[in-house]
Amino acid sequence: MAAFWIILTGTLLAASSGILGSFLILRKMAMIGDAISHAVLPGIALAYLVSGFGTDYLLLLGAAVFGMLATLIIQWLDKRIKMQTDASIGVTFTFMFALGIIIISSFASQIDLDQECVLYGEIAYVPLDLIYTDSGISLGPRQVWILGINLLIVLFAVVIGWRGWLITSFNEEFARSVGINTSIWHYTLMMLVSLTTVVSFESVGAILVVAFLVIPAATAYLLSSKLSSMIILSLVFGFLSSILGYALAWKIDGSIAGAMAVCAGTLFLIVLLFRPKDGIIIKSLKRSS
Amino acid sequence: MNFDDWLNFLLLRDPNVFMVVIGTVLLGASAALVGSFSFLRKQSLIGDAVAHSILPGVVLAFLISGSKNPIYLMIGALISGWLSILLINLIRNRSKLKSDASIGITLSFFFGIGIVLLTYAQHHAGANMAGLDQYLFGKAASMNSMDVRIFSIMSVVLFAVVILFRRAFILISFDRDFAMSKGLAVNFYELMLSTLTILAIALGIQAVGMILMAALIITPAASARQWTNKMGNFMMLTVLFGMIAGYVGSFISYSAPQMPTGPWIVMALSFITLISVVFAPEKGLISRHRKKKFNAQKILVENIVKAFFHLNEKVGGKNAKISLDQLNTIMKTDPSRLVKGLGILKQKELVVKAGDQWKLTRDGVAESRRIVRLHRLWELYLTRKMLIDPSLVHADAEAIEHVITPEIEFQLTKELGDPKIDPHLSEIPKVRI
Repeated sequence: MAAFWIILTGTLLAASSGILGSFLILRKMAMIGDAISHAVLPGIALAYLVSGFGTDYLLLLGAAVFGMLATLIIQWLDKRIKMQTDASIGVTFTFMFALGIIIISSFASQIDLDQECVLYGEIAYVPLDLIYTDSGISLGPRQVWILGINLLIVLFAVVIGWRGWLITSFNEEFARSVGINTSIWHYTLMMLVSLTTVVSFESVGAILVVAFLVIPAATAYLLSSKLSSMIILSLVFGFLSSILGYALAWKIDGSIAGAMAVCAGTLFLIVLLFRPKDGIIIKSLKRSS
Repeated sequence: MNFDDWLNFLLLRDPNVFMVVIGTVLLGASAALVGSFSFLRKQSLIGDAVAHSILPGVVLAFLISGSKNPIYLMIGALISGWLSILLINLIRNRSKLKSDASIGITLSFFFGIGIVLLTYAQHHAGANMAGLDQYLFGKAASMNSMDVRIFSIMSVVLFAVVILFRRAFILISFDRDFAMSKGLAVNFYELMLSTLTILAIALGIQAVGMILMAALIITPAASARQWTNKMGNFMMLTVLFGMIAGYVGSFISYSAPQMPTGPWIVMALSFITLISVVFAPEKGLISRHRKKKFNAQKILVENIVKAFFHLNEKVGGKNAKISLDQLNTIMKTDPSRLVKGLGILKQKELVVKAGDQWKLTRDGVAESRRIVRLHRLWELYLTRKMLIDPSLVHADAEAIEHVITPEIEFQLTKELGDPKIDPHLSEIPKVRI
């Protein structure tokens, strides 16, 4: 049963991230996603500080605001100060992550977060933290519920705004010229990414969220020419990574979240090298013949 | 903490403090130095990816050699750092994915491998893993003399190589194509620069940890760039900022021992960035705000004397006394702004107050003629040379009249054959009658 819950957790997380990641890849904002996933740390630390164990969902929502804050600072450095984009991103996320670590170390006795968890999470503990009804019936792990609700929010936003997402992701200039308010779509995406990184922090940590955000969507991008098929493929790769990752971790007795990232990366490499039309191997064969 | 403790730290009297300070300052300086090139090549985030990608190499080196000898670990770090750069380039050059995705994929993939290996080693090797943790979180505060000796040697080598090859590095950072056309071995120097970067990261990571390493690479250069446009000054400031941050970070964790050094180094760096962004001459917010205000003021007073000219023109060109209300029929602005502008003009002795009314001085008349002349010259230029309809040229001239220099005015006059009449059949005045 534990295996089922862990794979389900990975799959739910991969699904939310795969959908959002597809938009990030198309908008060339993968590293902004990376920055957000680090920048929410002070928010999470404060949420843990106030509520003790991070079980207060409103506070987690508050933590997501720090992700938004990071995107605003990056934009400000980039556009107003005219610092180049890569530097703006690097300056901002390291500042916020350092701030988070400082908050955690200052209140170490009150914050139940350790550094390892911050980096790579504790997905193995997900099945241990169950929700019970008043009459004592188990409803399954808390994380599964949180990630499930998050996925519903993401799905809802994407379905409601499908046309807007489509236009703004492929051609922002055009969207603006026909009178679409592109910044609404931009900030909604940033908010959803922040939220997703916050809720998945406990299970996979800051860096492996990035693996789920970027890798399945990038793999799907190589194989598809339509947004809808890209999203569906990214869900497939996310699911495969979760299940294969669990198997790998079980086989060698290592970190589950880490193994899921390894499998996602391996699937990406296989597609990069062997995809049918323009895979690197196929191309080199053609060139040499 | 009392005064003696402070003094002990500042004078580096305690040998442990001495080691930690020397270590962090050297690491800060080396990372900042190679970071300045990454910054110029707009590849700062590759440093972030390399920092994460070093982990699998370090753990594998430990698993294979069975020892925590820093030399073995460093070799492992170099190899996996190298592989990560290769993978980033492979993805970027051989697929439709852009560099942001290539970096994100590589970073999280390598880190995943590193974590799996690390947890595998913890569960299986059962060996003491304490020394490997420093690659994740850094351990500046507990550096010993052995560490510092290794860091020092490596930093000195790093600086020596950069100084020796600085011309080539600068050239490929600014204009790779040009360097190539000059017959420079671009690939060789790039390989060298990448190797130095990986080396500096593998060193620095042990002080501040994997995630914050990006700050040591990126932030000093980003801050220094605010202050200067000269390469030499930029490099020196970058290194200086890296050193200051290393010093401040170790000082804070010395005065508050529960505080980790790495995050405080990053805080110090972020503070330097904040100062740079606000106070730097020219690029800083304050100086840009001042320049903006200055320009707005210049435009305001020039528009006021122009309004005088137009009102005078209506009464046959004599220098008349003019009231605020009259001025505002043309200016159409907030009266308090108008009064402020007139105040500035009075100070410059371009207008005088006569009762409730205002009048241009001799210099004021000349100034008003200068502005109108520039305006009308430009209108004529646009209609005659650019073949734009006369009804469309006014708005453009409104803006350009404030920035035309005497040299451009001379050129325009020559180009247009010292014209007398503008496209709307008004006179183009001479500045002095």
